[in-house]
Amino acid sequence: MPEAFKFELVSPERLLVSEQVESVVIPGAEGEMTVMAHHAPVMTTIKPGVVTLKTASGKEERYVVFGGFADIVPAGCTLLAESAVAVGDIDRAELARRIQEAREDAADAKDDQTRSKAEQFLNQLTTLEGAILPA
Amino acid sequence: MPSLKDLRNRIASVKATQKITKAMQMVAAAKLRRAQEAAEAARPYSERMGAVLANITQAIGGGGDAPALMTGTGKDDVHLLVVCTAERGLCGGFNSQIARFARDHIRKLLADGKQVKIICVGKKGFDILRRDYGALIIERVDLREVKTLGFVNADAIAKKVIHLFNEGGFDICTLFYSQFKSVISQIPTAQQIIPAGVVSDAAEAKDGGSAVYEYEPEPGEILSDLIPRNISVQVFRALLENAAGEMGAKMSAMDNATRNAGDMINKLSITYNRQRQAQITKELIEIISGAEAL
Repeated sequence: MPEAFKFELVSPERLLVSEQVESVVIPGAEGEMTVMAHHAPVMTTIKPGVVTLKTASGKEERYVVFGGFADIVPAGCTLLAESAVAVGDIDRAELARRIQEAREDAADAKDDQTRSKAEQFLNQLTTLEGAILPA
Repeated sequence: MPSLKDLRNRIASVKATQKITKAMQMVAAAKLRRAQEAAEAARPYSERMGAVLANITQAIGGGGDAPALMTGTGKDDVHLLVVCTAERGLCGGFNSQIARFARDHIRKLLADGKQVKIICVGKKGFDILRRDYGALIIERVDLREVKTLGFVNADAIAKKVIHLFNEGGFDICTLFYSQFKSVISQIPTAQQIIPAGVVSDAAEAKDGGSAVYEYEPEPGEILSDLIPRNISVQVFRALLENAAGEMGAKMSAMDNATRNAGDMINKLSITYNRQRQAQITKELIEIISGAEAL
């Protein structure tokens, strides 16, 4: 049985999760990563996606996050999400609104750099939508 | 001298007012508790954000690749003041306190020959500042429709500010709000958010501060992602503190009003009783002297 470590999921509004977990899958900006106990210190931004955590009691929980960053130290992992909800509670309309917004951003971006950024964000959102729709 | 009927009417009206202020006080107390809870719930995020930010700044070591939001434009000619006040009055000196504080600040800046721009968050501050510095107000944010203050509200304000900064609209941005110290004391506070002053001591205090981090992507990139977020967080915190402060101020103002109404009712009832007694005595004298004359 893998060793447990402290994981915290914080959104600006409140502390969502603070418990002992075995592993966490984080949608990092440069690809998904699984964090387990004694992970080397890493700091990474995260893209919109699903965070999957396996608690010490063996339960699996999934949260949808919209951007933010993760602060990983050997003793634990803190995820600062811009906004986070449990997968079961996600508001489809809210997600659709965000996608719409991203689409508009991409449409009226002035230079190539912001456009590619906006498009990337839009891409991530639509992938996310696809990932959680069947759930 | 008011007649007995007038006095009766006044007592009734003061009593009605007292009932209203009493109800408002209780509503404010309930809302205060909720606002305080919200402020408390938001604390972990801003604390961790501060720690992480300090950490990264340390890693970069204030090098040249720090984003402009942090280093500033190198000038301090144009100041942007974001003045956060409440949407509603009837909360004692809460709004005027913030507005006065901001006004002093504006006066000082103008005297130094700086250019000042104002963004008003909340209706009351706008109403007060409009009188003297209406021409300087470039925007007002209305939160009247907002029932529960969400991060999105703060984020929208922060995005506006950052957008303005990127267009070169100002050099230094200061946030004005009321720090919630206790129910009876709120302290108007000015906080500079752009360029972001980062407290680097926080990192040393933390145990993880000394660890060598791996960054993904580059620290500079994370930082440029982080700083706007941090600004949103600070605006959010200011709004929450304000909300709690407003309710606290309202509660004590309404408590005072209720007490004043009580005092007034007592005084009026004494006058009323005295007058009624005087009238009875007068009538008695009239009857007795009439009987004696016979």
